Amino acid sequence: MNNNVTGLDIDSSNINESVDSVISPDEKDIKQDNKKVITPGQLVIKRFLRNKLAIVGIFIILFMFIFSFAGPLFSSYGEYDIFFLDKNGVEFVNKEEIDFTQEGIALNLRANPSLNHLLGTDKDGRDVFTRLMYGGRISLIIGFIAIFIQLLIGVSLGGAAGYYGKFIDNLIMRIVDIFNSIPSIPIMLIISSAMLVLEIDQKNKIYILMLVIAFLGWAGIARLVRGQILGLREQEFMIATEATGIKTYKKIFKHLIPNVMPQLIVFATLGLGSVILLESALSFLGIGVPFPYASWGNMVNAVNDPIIMNQHLNIWLPPGLCILVTVMGFNFIGDGLRDAFDPKMKR
Amino acid sequence: MSKESREKLKQISKANKKAVNHYEKIKKRKDIDPSEYIVDMKDKNNVIEFNNLKTYFYTDVGIVKAVNGVSFDIPKGKTVALVGESGCGKSVTNLTLMRLVQGPSGQIVGGEIRYRTESGEVVDLTKIPMSYMEKIRGNEISMIFQEPMTSLNPVFTIGDQISETIELHNKDMSKKQIKERTIELLTIVGISRADEIYKSYPHQLSGGMRQRVMIAMSLSCNPKLIIADEPTTALDVTIQAQILDLMRDLKNQINASILLITHDLGVVAEMADYVVVMYAGKIVEQGTAMDIYSSPKHPYTIGLLKSKPVVNKYTERLYSISGQVPNPIDMPNYCYFKSRCEKSFDKCNGDYPSLNDLGDGHKVSCWLYDKDIKEGR
Amino acid sequence: MSSEILQVKNLVKYFPIGTGMSKKNKSVVKSVDGVSFSIKRGEIMGLVGESGCGKTTVGRTILRLHEATDGEVIFDGKDIFKLNRSQLRKTRPDMQLIFQDPYSSLSPRIPVGDIIGEAVLEHKIVPKSEYKDYILKIMRDCGLQDYHISRYPHEFSGGQRQRICIARAIALKPKLIVADEPVSALDVSIQAQIINLLKDLQKEYSLTYLFISHDLSVVEHISDKVGVMYLGNIVEMGSKYDIFKNCMHPYTKALLSSVPIPDPSYKCDRILLKGDIPSASNPPLGCKFNTRCPSVMDICKKVSPEYKDYGSGHMVACHLYTKS
Repeated sequence: MNNNVTGLDIDSSNINESVDSVISPDEKDIKQDNKKVITPGQLVIKRFLRNKLAIVGIFIILFMFIFSFAGPLFSSYGEYDIFFLDKNGVEFVNKEEIDFTQEGIALNLRANPSLNHLLGTDKDGRDVFTRLMYGGRISLIIGFIAIFIQLLIGVSLGGAAGYYGKFIDNLIMRIVDIFNSIPSIPIMLIISSAMLVLEIDQKNKIYILMLVIAFLGWAGIARLVRGQILGLREQEFMIATEATGIKTYKKIFKHLIPNVMPQLIVFATLGLGSVILLESALSFLGIGVPFPYASWGNMVNAVNDPIIMNQHLNIWLPPGLCILVTVMGFNFIGDGLRDAFDPKMKR
Repeated sequence: MSKESREKLKQISKANKKAVNHYEKIKKRKDIDPSEYIVDMKDKNNVIEFNNLKTYFYTDVGIVKAVNGVSFDIPKGKTVALVGESGCGKSVTNLTLMRLVQGPSGQIVGGEIRYRTESGEVVDLTKIPMSYMEKIRGNEISMIFQEPMTSLNPVFTIGDQISETIELHNKDMSKKQIKERTIELLTIVGISRADEIYKSYPHQLSGGMRQRVMIAMSLSCNPKLIIADEPTTALDVTIQAQILDLMRDLKNQINASILLITHDLGVVAEMADYVVVMYAGKIVEQGTAMDIYSSPKHPYTIGLLKSKPVVNKYTERLYSISGQVPNPIDMPNYCYFKSRCEKSFDKCNGDYPSLNDLGDGHKVSCWLYDKDIKEGR
Repeated sequence: MSSEILQVKNLVKYFPIGTGMSKKNKSVVKSVDGVSFSIKRGEIMGLVGESGCGKTTVGRTILRLHEATDGEVIFDGKDIFKLNRSQLRKTRPDMQLIFQDPYSSLSPRIPVGDIIGEAVLEHKIVPKSEYKDYILKIMRDCGLQDYHISRYPHEFSGGQRQRICIARAIALKPKLIVADEPVSALDVSIQAQIINLLKDLQKEYSLTYLFISHDLSVVEHISDKVGVMYLGNIVEMGSKYDIFKNCMHPYTKALLSSVPIPDPSYKCDRILLKGDIPSASNPPLGCKFNTRCPSVMDICKKVSPEYKDYGSGHMVACHLYTKS
């Protein structure tokens, strides 16, 4: 009885809806007493806060932010500091040229975790814990900026396609198709080697990387926004704005945009996670954030060395965990937001 | 949010969790002893008896008593209509009967649904194991839905889908016999080009045709009870007339009872032998169709009948029941309809009125018809 | 000023189907295929028909929410289809629309006061100083409470949402309101409230309604004049009495007899129509009803019947009556 089962599912979802709809008059009654207005936004926050996983996500991301941005302030080591051992085994940092001919001086590389180096040092003798904090900065910043650029391009192009339709829609959507069919990894490899050939400054490489990630990712957002707006345009309240003769810019900014926001916020939150993953993947392949800058991805890269992989978990495991936990945090928040915006999607 | 209301919400969710866990535990038990669910019918002529059925939804803001002490019977071969506005609990009653209430928030809290299975056992459907229920569902009790498109699988032909159900219930039939039976069923429901329809896909059919196919499918297993949940609501008037005509025809041909769930009083008048009127999870009035339509007693029933304009009966102004359905959480102790009722009096502030039999099974739950009060006057 | 506020002449609206890659195979849905009627000031005209007959499209095309394929709409002396954008925007407040679905017709993120008042400010219906009082008055007239002004739509039930929609329309001081199935999505007891409200408002604000519905009993109750639509055409039009007591077209007869009567003792001799409504992209030749008509003749399959007046505005398009 497949057929019946599908039908029954539909029916029971109706029940959930009907229960939802019978609840809302109640909430109104409570409010009538308090004489307090609850905006849809507040309702979303209320539902969001009720979601335990989402709260966990918020704490994870908050922790990661504090860890990466405030953490370095309390650390006495710098991102690029290299640690040496003199002949007595005493550790020192020397930023000037070191005379290796001097006897007994050696790099303090691949040190085990100790009080001085909470997570030991890496293969070049840098403090893993400190680099973990700086790496978080880069990873998070790249994530946010890339997503911001993606949103900027995606919303304006997707919005134009959805609102104006016809020829513009066709044109923009074909561009989206082209961007969707570009294989991103080979493109990244090409760009990376091009940057090598052109001898671009290491620091600028990071910015170029962000732009490239953004340019390869906006197509999804454009498609989402276009779909949303196409759907909303047919909604009766949009027809009502037309019938009451509201001006076009008011229609867009007061009626359309606020209704696309929920999906955008969810998409952006989930997108943050995937941009961080992409950045790590690229850095891992050695075409992302260049040395000596730290990012979680290029720290995991150390695993290429079999000795490090086998014997020095402290070097590559922590950044890997950071990536995992952060992406998971963003996903928890994203899922929580989605459920909060659209309670009927749940279950 | 104030601290008080937050505290209140916390308490609610705590109580909910406890109650829900309790019922879920009962539901998940294995090897339920038959003595727990074998019961006796009150009347042998009934197919199904609802007795004080209670289904609650444990929501974050409180308990919604969607079905709150509902009792009625469906006699053999008769059609009983469950009428009410949205949110009155008529659909939840149906879901409870089919044991499809969505857990964990929705739970059957009390009462019995007594049903005589084909094997002659009388069981309480609210307590039998799910595996047992699955045998009854779609086999002895079948359903017709409001929106036939969503209940037909779009990737199989009509013939495949009906044959599948026949095959499931008649294992010894040959392929040829099944096909013959399928075409016979399609003919019964008034599809003239049955061979052609047999091979077509759901999307190729119109809404009326699909509803006919659904009816054929629900007949395929020789059910004892057919539940029709708003069977014509999604259809146009002329198509609705066709389907109602078909259903009335079938009613006489087959020996099944029908539980008709609808909000349309016109459809009820055409189809039903008995009518049960629900309001906010409770039955306010029940009786034969004649009782309800020619001498409605409960002010809600009266209002409902008066507020619908009727073709060829002109009124200058429609009667309308003021207000809205009350908040389903924390229902008062007194009559739920009191705040909207024109005839309410002192007594209505008292307890919820019980269902009084006015004779011949015409029951009404209203203080206006309470025996003691009438005699006291 | 003429007594007729709205004149619709031979309105045609075709919707293209499929994407326009090859221009050869472009087919159209003939949603409205030559509809003419007129409404007098203060009159309520009902438009009935089954789903897909084009009644909603008529309503929206009149308001120029769709661009018409052909035809003319004269509203209050103005040819609606010839107005330019800014003229159209200025005319908008005079003709308003009430929707069927009270859930999708209100923007969920805007408080009720703004929903009602947005266009009032836009068109400067009242001076700014009187704005708030005006909105409150409109809300009270529509049966809403004062404190509802700052609430959001999600707090309201279906019936109240429909009141908000009505208030949004009324607030612009319109002359014509197209009510597109305004009560179909509501419960019976709420339906009666909304119908009564619409009637009260009509008297108070001297409105003209085009009332579109599939529910014959509601249309009979509210309208003065009724048009019956089938597959993009009005097959019969006349006063309420003409249509409900004295109908001529076989489709109207079948439609009327199909309405279930809430009285179990009532036994009607129902005219059951065979089959379904044909598709509007490929309607039958001749009279469009000929595939289902119980009294079909040969001529019906070839020639589409003329639309004729059979006395005091009772218009019928059927061959049954043209011969005699």
